Amino acid sequence: MAESTASGQQTARPSLASPSIITNVLGVVASLALTFIGLTAITFVIGRVMPADPVLAIVGDRAGQDVYDQVYRELGLDKPIYVQYLRYLGQLADGDLGTSIMTAQPVMEDILRFFPATLELATIATLLGIFVGVPMGVLAAVNQGRWPDHIVRIVGLFGYSAPVFWLGMVALLIFYAKLDWVAGPGRLDVFYDGVIDPVTGVILIDAALARDWDIFNNAVSHLILPASILGTFTLAYIARMTRSFMLDQLSQEYVLTARVKGASERVVIWRHAFRNVLVQLITIIGLTYASLLEGSVLTETVFAWPGIGQYITNSLFNNDMNAVLGGTIVVGVCFVGINMLSDLLYRLVDPRVR
Amino acid sequence: MNKIKRLLLAFTAATVLGISPSHAATPDDTFVMAKDIADIITMDPAEVFELTTGEIIANIYDRIMMFEPEDLQTLVGGVAESWDVSEDGKTITFKIRPGLKFHSGNPVRAEDVAWSLQRVVKLNKTPAFIVTQFGWTADNVDDLIKATDDTHVQITITEEFSPGLVLNAMSAGVASVVDKELVMQHEKDGDLGYEWLKSNSAGSGAFELKAWKANEIVTLEANADYRHGAPGMKRVILRHVPEPSAQRLLLEKGDVDMARNLTPDQIKGIEGNADVAIDGYPKGTLVYMAANAAHPILGKPEVTQALRHLVDYEGMADSFLAGQFVVHQAFWPGGLWGALEETPYARDVDKAKSLLDAAGHGEGFKVTIHTLTNSPFPEIAQSVQANLAQAGIDSDIVTLEGKTLWPKYRAREHDLILARWSPDYVDPHSNADAFAHNPDNRLEAKLTGVLAWRNAWADSASNELAVMARNELDLGKREQQYLDLQRMLQKTGPYVIMFQQNEQVARRKNLEGFVSGSNFDLVFYRNVTK
Repeated sequence: MAESTASGQQTARPSLASPSIITNVLGVVASLALTFIGLTAITFVIGRVMPADPVLAIVGDRAGQDVYDQVYRELGLDKPIYVQYLRYLGQLADGDLGTSIMTAQPVMEDILRFFPATLELATIATLLGIFVGVPMGVLAAVNQGRWPDHIVRIVGLFGYSAPVFWLGMVALLIFYAKLDWVAGPGRLDVFYDGVIDPVTGVILIDAALARDWDIFNNAVSHLILPASILGTFTLAYIARMTRSFMLDQLSQEYVLTARVKGASERVVIWRHAFRNVLVQLITIIGLTYASLLEGSVLTETVFAWPGIGQYITNSLFNNDMNAVLGGTIVVGVCFVGINMLSDLLYRLVDPRVR
Repeated sequence: MNKIKRLLLAFTAATVLGISPSHAATPDDTFVMAKDIADIITMDPAEVFELTTGEIIANIYDRIMMFEPEDLQTLVGGVAESWDVSEDGKTITFKIRPGLKFHSGNPVRAEDVAWSLQRVVKLNKTPAFIVTQFGWTADNVDDLIKATDDTHVQITITEEFSPGLVLNAMSAGVASVVDKELVMQHEKDGDLGYEWLKSNSAGSGAFELKAWKANEIVTLEANADYRHGAPGMKRVILRHVPEPSAQRLLLEKGDVDMARNLTPDQIKGIEGNADVAIDGYPKGTLVYMAANAAHPILGKPEVTQALRHLVDYEGMADSFLAGQFVVHQAFWPGGLWGALEETPYARDVDKAKSLLDAAGHGEGFKVTIHTLTNSPFPEIAQSVQANLAQAGIDSDIVTLEGKTLWPKYRAREHDLILARWSPDYVDPHSNADAFAHNPDNRLEAKLTGVLAWRNAWADSASNELAVMARNELDLGKREQQYLDLQRMLQKTGPYVIMFQQNEQVARRKNLEGFVSGSNFDLVFYRNVTK
């Protein structure tokens, strides 16, 4: 197999089994393994040295010493911390994240239940941020110092600085309680709970698969407010960053050259300047999406949204370490996965890194 | 590409159409309440000790003895139709009601009753002490608790206890009667069905557990064949809504029938709503401050007496506690049999100062007040801090989550602690054993479940009276002994008992029949109607 370069030389395309690809794959696997070992080790140690008592999370504060000691041993806390950690890793290698104290369910099952709720919310919020925030940022940059720029900056400042908790309550009061435009807290009205079998856990998709449009509509009605609130923050951040990146590019000489050559303003902005901010934007959007996938505890609390953020936070308060570690691994996977996706997208949009 | 465009268009159209008004009312046959249910960690009655699950299992399981919603003051038979107490008071024989059935359709047998108690002792989870205090251990329980025939269960205690107390303990959650046949079908590695029963139910009560999704929802379904008749509602749903403001909005909108965790401000704000009613239920939860008797200054009786005179009880109850707590100064909650309703302490700074002078600390001293992070504890702590300052006591407040605070308390690492306590079952011994009875004050004794031990406080007169009341057969004498014990602790104990909770529940006016008794697990849904 061979292909021509721009200069016409023939270069060998590496075969699937070539040493360089194997080395690269092994490198990625090793770095992933190290990342996860580091992540779990740090979380594990922090969990163990925290002053909160995981035994009391199970037995309650009134338990007698005999019951306390029994559970202490059952949790393996009488063993040295490295033994506890190695046991956990062994368990992890078998695909077992342990059982949560709070929910009495395997952590894996909990994650499969809570994460799709957050995924649903974070994805809609991020899409809102991209499809509204990016054009807003571009609009502000090309109109720097004029009223569209001022409006975008004010919206950005508001979205970025207004507390999500307050914004959520006000939105609920106006759009749910007063105007009756949307449904209230929760993912579905109670009478729809358990009506369709969860396939993906994302209700919009499950309802669409089941062709149950009543439930689909109800889910949208519940989702629209929390996603918009979360989206306001995302939108503000993305708009601000887009504006800043665009301003930087619009002051470059190649933009002037394009204009001098008679390119239309649309071509100058979108084909020349915007293309050059895409790489930076992908990084920003990726990181924003990943942080939303960690769960937005405040939004989830206000909207009684059973997401991963609330799950991890409650687990932390209860020192439910299996759940905390499971949640940490999910967050780690999100960040690593989105980083890898961003790398792939860089290659698509930037010829220099192909 | 056109296909993708069409799909996107369809999705967008469906999304826009989806922005429709929410349903305005809950179904007529369903009771929906908004509640913070994050405390649920198990549904197994052998382990349940949390507020939310306490009330849930009270509606799923019938107990051997019960307080019924129609009369919360009178102990009556649950699955027990009648009972006989032996002359020495150590053996009680229960006759089981005929014709009772579990939700599974299995009959409720004497064997189920005996096995349920044996299971609690053998699993030895936190609430097991309620029955193991009678001398039952994993080794002897099969002999001491047994079904003598199909309809009779005999229990024998080895320790000295009043039969009245034993009968009261048989109304606690650990005395829930579990369907042995069903549970044992799910036993794994000899766990007596422990893993399965954590998230399932096997009872004969008014409701059956249909679903528990942690931090999301609990659904109960009515047992149409319940011995008192079918419940008023076909379904009861507890929706997890952690934020009280969201609970209020849901209630006012009619999306829930009841909100369980509203703050005093929200209760005040909702009072004008013609569709909503507010009910108050006196609960057994007490708020108290305790002084570590091992502290060189706080260990002096004059100092704790001074603390009792410094606290502004009425000021707090009339302001920020606004109806959610009432002043109560004895260790057994008001309204219950054996409760001392006297409130001898009011704010008296001069008297407190003279007591501190007498103890040699008229110049004041410095202490730390540990308390919980959740309301109203930080607010009460701040008020107490200001009260103490008037007598020269300089206090720092440290607020901690329960999981961090309790280890400190159990290790006696506090000066003053502001905390709460509620009875485990409806007998004054439940609290007397915690507040007044510390048989071994040594650090290595580790009686960590006992409040008196946690505060390094032991008093022979108090110990003696607590044991005497515990064992007394005569009901009248027993009540008097508990009243005396409460008076004794009001003067000599390390506690400043301040308030008793008054649970305020907001409901839609069309909903009636909800009953919430003094104890955390005396909450009943079966008479609810709309």
